[in-house]
Amino acid sequence: MSGDHQTLALLLFSAFVAVTLGITTWVGRDRHGSAEEFYTGGRLFSPMENGFAIAGDYMSAASFLGISGLIALFGYDGMLYSVGFLVAWLVVLLLVAELVRNCGRFTLADVVAARMRERPVRIAAGTSSVAVSVLYLVAQMVGAGSLVALLLGGTSEAARSWTVIGVGALMVVYVTLGGMRATTWIQIVKAVLLMAGTVALTVFVLLRFHGDFNALLTTAAERSGHGKEFLSPGLAYGGGWTARFDFISLGLALVLGTAGLPHILSRFYTVPTARAARRSVVWSIGLIGGFYLMTIVLGFGAAAVVGTDEVRASSAAGNTAVPLLALDLGGGAGSTGGTVLFAVVAAVAFATILAVVAGITLASSASVAHDLYASLKRPRRAGKPHARSHATPHPKPSAKSRAKPRGEVAVARFAAAGIGAVAIALGLLARDLNVAFLVGLAFAVAASANLPVLLYSLFWRNFTTRGAVWSVYGGLVPAVLLVVFSPVVSGSPGAMFPGVDFHVFPLQNPGLVSIPLGFLAGWIGTVLSREPADEAKHAESEVRSLTGAGAV
Amino acid sequence: MEKQEGRDAAAVRTDDPWYDALASGWGELDGTGTPTTPVAPAPVAATEHEPRAAEIYLEVQRSAAFQEVRSRYRRFVVPATLAFLAWYLAYVVAATTAPELMARPVAGAVNVAMVAGLGQFLSTFLLTWAYSRHARLHRDRDALDLRWSVFDRTRAQEQHRTREHDRTREQHGPPERRETQHRHTARAGERR
Repeated sequence: MSGDHQTLALLLFSAFVAVTLGITTWVGRDRHGSAEEFYTGGRLFSPMENGFAIAGDYMSAASFLGISGLIALFGYDGMLYSVGFLVAWLVVLLLVAELVRNCGRFTLADVVAARMRERPVRIAAGTSSVAVSVLYLVAQMVGAGSLVALLLGGTSEAARSWTVIGVGALMVVYVTLGGMRATTWIQIVKAVLLMAGTVALTVFVLLRFHGDFNALLTTAAERSGHGKEFLSPGLAYGGGWTARFDFISLGLALVLGTAGLPHILSRFYTVPTARAARRSVVWSIGLIGGFYLMTIVLGFGAAAVVGTDEVRASSAAGNTAVPLLALDLGGGAGSTGGTVLFAVVAAVAFATILAVVAGITLASSASVAHDLYASLKRPRRAGKPHARSHATPHPKPSAKSRAKPRGEVAVARFAAAGIGAVAIALGLLARDLNVAFLVGLAFAVAASANLPVLLYSLFWRNFTTRGAVWSVYGGLVPAVLLVVFSPVVSGSPGAMFPGVDFHVFPLQNPGLVSIPLGFLAGWIGTVLSREPADEAKHAESEVRSLTGAGAV
Repeated sequence: MEKQEGRDAAAVRTDDPWYDALASGWGELDGTGTPTTPVAPAPVAATEHEPRAAEIYLEVQRSAAFQEVRSRYRRFVVPATLAFLAWYLAYVVAATTAPELMARPVAGAVNVAMVAGLGQFLSTFLLTWAYSRHARLHRDRDALDLRWSVFDRTRAQEQHRTREHDRTREQHGPPERRETQHRHTARAGERR
């Protein structure tokens, strides 16, 4: 490949970085440093803005590069990701978005802690939120690494490592300087860019086949080397029973995971009301649905235009299918059209990674500062200041209440840097795994650790503190352990540590086992509780969640 | 412009976020030209040491109006959730256990599996539309009324307590008037 498209792509990407940094400084110019401002951007985004931002947060590199790559490699089996990622939003829309907006302030733990003894619940939910975020971040970092390897021609190890480090450093800058307001605007800009780029590529693919979807599928099947099998299930997950259960496990994790993702939940706090939260989800379902329909076209398009073997030759995991497709659609390597299109796609993908990384980092730093730090540092303060129920509507803020959120925001900024460092390190380790697949793991952990506790505390009258704590750890620990002892980490050629073999769990995705365990642990913990559920607090949390009374 | 407003409002906030609600820029139009619901003041939330505030929530929870809102919500959400989860799981399980069925051609290269996948997209869009329509028509208004009734009760309770408070220490003039005005304009906007 020539150096032209690399230069152009780097230029475009630098422009994106410059624009987003500009936004960051502009929106942060008269920030007050309050926790409210840092975590939620003042809760004043409109549903449409937030809908675009949610879509931007969700349509990650995994979707753009990973899913299309999987479809290009395995045909129909890759489509499961597209379907699962979208259907998951029904769980969010119907069961979670409005109620969480009404009950919580900044994080998932707020919703649960409203009904429970605060400290243990916060520590549990905060820990699991950070774990999910770090896993998700690793996926994004891997995406950045494989993208730059393609962009810079050869697979220079140093170049890949430096990109991963650079992406990490940039996102820390965004988050610490801009907080939620800047992060949201970056998501919106990125969502618009990504949709535009995807629409353009889809149109080009369909034009190539004269709008004939049937011809596209037939050509894809021919050029994949698998014939008709390429279009029906079983190519990736068609082996023995292990592979079949893996497929079901993945399907379960995808559909239940979204509602437990901390960076998605925290987006609902950026709008003023539950109704606005609902309308932002409707916006985002429209955008995300359209986007995933297009990734299907792009995936089969990459198989048809580029060819499955060539995609595999470029990246064994398929992460580079879309950039290769763009190069081909524009007229092939060396042509002006190919250069421009490739550069645009690479820059968009890079922007995508950067924006998603910023969103996750912000959410996880909120969990660290608001949940973990606030609980561990001040065990006796029980978080919620009693002062707020006092008679005077506008009390003079005492020095103490003024100091608290400031200190918390400072901790959040440090946490962002720390989480960035951990994600960079893991991202360098995991760089040969498929991005969509890694995201599947993050979803499995989210569905096992976060979703049960969230649903129980929103819908189950008798749910207790012990049940909450047990359900978080009862989902988190098995999920993480099963990943560690799965073929993903050791004992298979594509594993993180291919040299050693300590895998005992046959499935790659733990969801099938760990999600039921999370629900089960919550139930057992509740049944075995010595203290009964607090009826008054349940009443408060139920009334608040459905009516919005007392919501911030 | 509502951003500007919000920022000014934020300037007068105290740093305790539970208090911010009092000062936030409510009742204005949000970006899409719809009135936003004003945010009720947060003091309500602190019930741990406020038995009376807790009583308000218990009363509201037992009221017929709330039960109606809750059952409307659950009557829609529970069957809908079960239905789409069952349909999705059937799709996933069929892909692994009945690949021959899924591979059966429908039209040209399009087979059953492809149609089922696109059907998932379609059903998701339809359910999204149905849910938001249901919530808009059958829940939003009543939920808002309940929200106001909680607001009114806590406000009354608080005023009562303020008066008692003032009786002992006479330096606080209750600045509620401004807020009440806010509330009424906001309410009018919402009911429009």
